[in-house]
Amino acid sequence: MSLLSVRNLSVRYGDLVGVSDVSLEVPEGGVVALLGSNGAGKTTTLNAIAGLVPTAGGSVTWQGADITGRPAFAVVGLGLALSPEGWRLFVQQTVEQNLRLGATVLADRKRLPVLLDRVFTLFPRLAERRRQRAGTLSGGERQMLAMGRALMSDPKLLMLDEPSLGLAPAVVETMYETLGRLRGEGLTLLLAEQAVELALEVADYAYVLQTGRTVLDGTAAKLADDEDVRRIYLGLETE
Amino acid sequence: MILLQVIVSGLLMGSVYALFSSGLTLIWGMMNVVNFAHGDFVMLAMYVAFFAFTLLKVGPLLFVPLAAALLFMLGVVVYLGLVRHVVRGPPLAQILGTFGLALVLRYAAFWAFTANFVSLPDNLVGGTFDIGGLRIEASRLLGGVLALVITIGMHLILTRTALGSRLLAVSEDRSAAMLMGIRPDRMQAIAWGFGAASTGIAGALIALFFYISPTVGESLALVAFVVVCLGGFGSVPGALIAGLAIGVIEALSGYLIGAVYKDVLVYSLFLIVLWVRPRGLMGTS
Repeated sequence: MSLLSVRNLSVRYGDLVGVSDVSLEVPEGGVVALLGSNGAGKTTTLNAIAGLVPTAGGSVTWQGADITGRPAFAVVGLGLALSPEGWRLFVQQTVEQNLRLGATVLADRKRLPVLLDRVFTLFPRLAERRRQRAGTLSGGERQMLAMGRALMSDPKLLMLDEPSLGLAPAVVETMYETLGRLRGEGLTLLLAEQAVELALEVADYAYVLQTGRTVLDGTAAKLADDEDVRRIYLGLETE
Repeated sequence: MILLQVIVSGLLMGSVYALFSSGLTLIWGMMNVVNFAHGDFVMLAMYVAFFAFTLLKVGPLLFVPLAAALLFMLGVVVYLGLVRHVVRGPPLAQILGTFGLALVLRYAAFWAFTANFVSLPDNLVGGTFDIGGLRIEASRLLGGVLALVITIGMHLILTRTALGSRLLAVSEDRSAAMLMGIRPDRMQAIAWGFGAASTGIAGALIALFFYISPTVGESLALVAFVVVCLGGFGSVPGALIAGLAIGVIEALSGYLIGAVYKDVLVYSLFLIVLWVRPRGLMGTS
């Protein structure tokens, strides 16, 4: 059974259609990539799953229970955390305060130091900067903090919106190494990504979004090797 | 020596200004809403102190916390019953919402308590201290010191506790706060509770040495607006410094050029600061 399953999801912003028909499955322990160009509906899909935007139709099922339309503050408590587009850090607060805010839903407060240690082990840079305001961090550090903050709720599923956007290639590399480690620890990942090649390297299954619809899906290996798919849907040059 | 005396009494009054102004600045900082009923909250707190003393025969040790608790509840009720709904409307609805509330509270007070001025007996917190030639009434000393301690306490709650961090998170980014599992509505209700509780404590303290009437909140609200603009919208330390400054300026100008003209000086200075530094002393743009 899938951990998360989205069926025929649609979201409207007033008269604008955010996504019109998105369906996807995320199996437990899997890494699923959501691919597509800018404006294809990746962010809207993740935001709708997280409960940040209301859905106009379709359903979101989490561990067999229908959670469509639950507000974001309730969804995160179920074990789905989102590291949102643009990081959305609390820039006036310190790195540590941001991380502690991430643990708001933690029922067992004794777990908090353990999780804090885990984040500082994954990202030693954050440990060095723990008393600094989030607003003073570099782009790469902000991405680490956004990810660390999402991990502080001890989620079963971590959703990442464009973890590579606007970062230097070396930083992106480190980021993906970390994703690999998290995957090794058994965390389930759903990532929206424009950096297709990277995403297909770490993912085992991928969905392609085009103008608000899932138009294609398959194992990462299959999508990466299919020349037509690469050219038509992913905008990659073929050699 | 007289000048020092004037400055000290200005500081004591200013610290009470700082207390209820921090409540106003907290509410603004949380949700960009101006509470036009803030002065009338102070007025209600003064009546709470008055009736707690005259009807229940309790002193400041009990009526200050009582006023804080009652006003906290009022703040929460006002948020849940009124503010939460009007913030979804146009800006004018927000302004008229709390402005209308101010009028309702003020005229309800006329109706319930009549327009007569009342006051607590002078000797409730009796005596006058003589500190090296400075003569300070005990009631004003109590009011000033307690207000200062509570204002600093409020700042520490906002900056050093998990609750403060959550409140600030909601004011910084409501959606991101929701992603953390924080319920913005709950935090905003708490902010209104704290904001109103600050008027509860301040009002009960002012009642020790100030006349009480249904319109007393008007001039106090004006002071709070000046303090918040001067200190920077949303900044508690700013409100503290500006509150003390306004208290001293008021006392000095009252002494030097006469009580009638002191407001002219206070508000001229206020306009000059807004002209030179519109975000206030400690505000962020």
